[in-house]
Amino acid sequence: MRLDLDLRATGQHVIDRGDFHVLFKALRRRGYQVVGPRVRDGAIVYDALDSVDDLPQGWTDEQDAGHYRLKRREDPALFGYVVGPHSWKKFLFPPHLRLWRARRNGDDPGFEVQPEPLPDTKYAFLGVRSCELHALFVQDRVFLGEKHADPVYKALRERAFLVAVNCTQAGGTCFCVSMRTGPKAQGGFDLALTEVLDGERHYFVVEVGSERGREVLQDVPHREASPQEVAQAEERVKQAEGQMGRTLDTRGIKELLYRNLEHPRWDEVAQRCLSCANCTMVCPTCFCSTVEDVTDLKGETAERVRRWDSCFSLEFSYLHGGSLRRSVKSRYRQWMTHKLATWIDQFGTSGCVGCGRCITWCPVGIDITEELRAIRESDGLTRGGGEEA
Amino acid sequence: MVPRPWRVVRVRRETHDTKTLELEPTEPLSFPFQPGQFNMLYVFGIGEVPISISGDPQEPHRLVHTVRAVGAVTRALCSLKRGDVVGVRGPFGSAWPVEEAEGHDVVIVAGGIGLAPLRPALHHVLANRGKYGNVVLLYGARTPRDLLYRKELERWRGRFDLQVEVTVDSAGEGWYGHVGVVTTLIPRADFDPAETVAWVCGPEIMMRFTVQALRERGVSPEDVYISMERNMKCAVGFCGHCQFGPEFVCKDGPVFRFAEIERFFRVREV
Amino acid sequence: MTAAKDLLAGHPFFRDLDERYLELIAGCGRNVKYNAGEYIFREGDVSDAFYLIRYGRVALEVHVPGRGPVVIETLNEGDVLSWSWLVPPYRKQFDARALTLVRALAFDGECILKKCEEDPRLGYELLRRFIQLVGRRLQATRMQILDVFGQGK
Repeated sequence: MRLDLDLRATGQHVIDRGDFHVLFKALRRRGYQVVGPRVRDGAIVYDALDSVDDLPQGWTDEQDAGHYRLKRREDPALFGYVVGPHSWKKFLFPPHLRLWRARRNGDDPGFEVQPEPLPDTKYAFLGVRSCELHALFVQDRVFLGEKHADPVYKALRERAFLVAVNCTQAGGTCFCVSMRTGPKAQGGFDLALTEVLDGERHYFVVEVGSERGREVLQDVPHREASPQEVAQAEERVKQAEGQMGRTLDTRGIKELLYRNLEHPRWDEVAQRCLSCANCTMVCPTCFCSTVEDVTDLKGETAERVRRWDSCFSLEFSYLHGGSLRRSVKSRYRQWMTHKLATWIDQFGTSGCVGCGRCITWCPVGIDITEELRAIRESDGLTRGGGEEA
Repeated sequence: MVPRPWRVVRVRRETHDTKTLELEPTEPLSFPFQPGQFNMLYVFGIGEVPISISGDPQEPHRLVHTVRAVGAVTRALCSLKRGDVVGVRGPFGSAWPVEEAEGHDVVIVAGGIGLAPLRPALHHVLANRGKYGNVVLLYGARTPRDLLYRKELERWRGRFDLQVEVTVDSAGEGWYGHVGVVTTLIPRADFDPAETVAWVCGPEIMMRFTVQALRERGVSPEDVYISMERNMKCAVGFCGHCQFGPEFVCKDGPVFRFAEIERFFRVREV
Repeated sequence: MTAAKDLLAGHPFFRDLDERYLELIAGCGRNVKYNAGEYIFREGDVSDAFYLIRYGRVALEVHVPGRGPVVIETLNEGDVLSWSWLVPPYRKQFDARALTLVRALAFDGECILKKCEEDPRLGYELLRRFIQLVGRRLQATRMQILDVFGQGK
């Protein structure tokens, strides 16, 4: 399965804020479990939502390198924040997943392997940002390969209903414009909303992206959007476009990094990087995992569990006797060149969607856009030594 | 994606830390594979590791794996007895280009356990001997006691249509063969560099110097193939562990044309 | 020694060397033969010759008390044996023992060194070739020290 990127939204509609709760009912009636943003532990995270009241109404987030803070808004916007530490990948690519169990029969050295049943959860993702839609497309290319597909991801992905929300403000670490991944959702959603607060009026301009989306919309009170309402929505998205907190120059980026694998900047960033793996955990496209094989105490049953892993750990590159990427420098370089360069060779797309999470959640504020800029500005620089002045 | 049980039917001790396991499926099953491919072998409750296939590709009903005990799983594999059961997933990965090499001289350079993934390729070449020019096997090991497939090596040495040169890094008394690193065998091997395809497997540092020695004799990096080894968990390109620059060793490799990965091969800690 | 000259001309070690130099070198050579087990030279001997192995296998050994002779490297047909004749202190560094019947061309070091003194161009050409040989041996030795097939890294 590959989502059709060219699926253009047709017709525009309006749902008033007062009717918005009906969307939850419409989704639930169709068997969807609604998941989306809510405030928890001082951040906006993605989790199960019972009703519209769980949404982070009146909250926004302030973001910069190594900095995230929730703040009260002056208006009751439901989607007036940018993105938090979670991404949708945690639903489709669970952080912890049992793959199979094996059982041994008495003294017989043989064993029987029982695969786990495929999940049949139908998720409705409420509040998917354009950069996050792109992150889903990126992970589709990883997990829905022509030769091998991850069955769990496939089962969940095919069923998921996506309600996109266009960004009407950008965060301090956002750079989707540079990555051409936002702020407006261009396709691959079932419904896309643009939230408009205009004086006393509070409504959502709705684009339909699929037949499924159209059916759900039928169950929610709505009317056709007026040209003024559409214009209001577009203006707000336009505004977000102009607010990007960061930029990243992608020209010739693959070759730039390939020819600078020995650039001294890697040593500099390694001085600051704690190798904590936060960036890989919050990244909506990072897909590395490991497996653990465990047995019960009697040694009769065994199971394999898959969990998220990170290229920042030493064990990640372990090969009989030692780690191949022993230095922090080599691990940071692996992560960044993978994200911005080798990914292009592997999957035909960048691995970065410009969401800014890795910048915000880095405890020491390492900024991928700044690191790339530093390399670009001294392209070809090699380490130490040279003619004495 | 789940391991299938295979039964150990034979265990052969190769060296003090290496064993060759022969496996048969617990239910009838044909297992076609290409020389150079690998399987994921699972020991109940302990874990899974990638191990190259060492058997004869003409015998798809039996799997042969040569395992060196270096970690928890490989140690467990080496302590298996006849009748024990292992889980098998595979075959995975790319193969030695045995058909592309037809009509050419073939130089096989192996270091240590690196002979294991090359054995099926040599079997294929010998089974189709008429299709190839000169065939050379250059094999280096640590000491004479570390040589794999000893009986077979002696049989191969006895053939008139195969040049076999074996060298060891260090020898005790009673060894009358070559002493020195495997690269020292390259200048004396009988092949036409312009018409040669070379397949190399061993520790990365050994492959690095081997490619250099082949180049000095005039073999182009376009015609040199090497087999890479990396940490692997899934074997299908999902887990990310085996990345080597833009390549996933599990699905783009393990066998690569050297010219295609040279750029990353020279970078440390890639 | 025309046979020796032809042999030198076809040998990669002497590739592209002037005809007259080949003749000079060949003029300093003689045929030698060693039976299996015989020493060609021993560590500490005055180094006054180098050898071009024409047949057989030679072990370079060092004697380790308590362990006996340890083979460092083997040389075979086509290999050049010994470079210590070229530079002070002109002493052999290892034992060289024939593992099989060995036939070789032995070249008189003093004879060649005298010709090099007279014609530094010849000296340069020879030194260049021997340095390459020493470099290759050094690299091979380093790889052996690395013990690349050993456990762990």
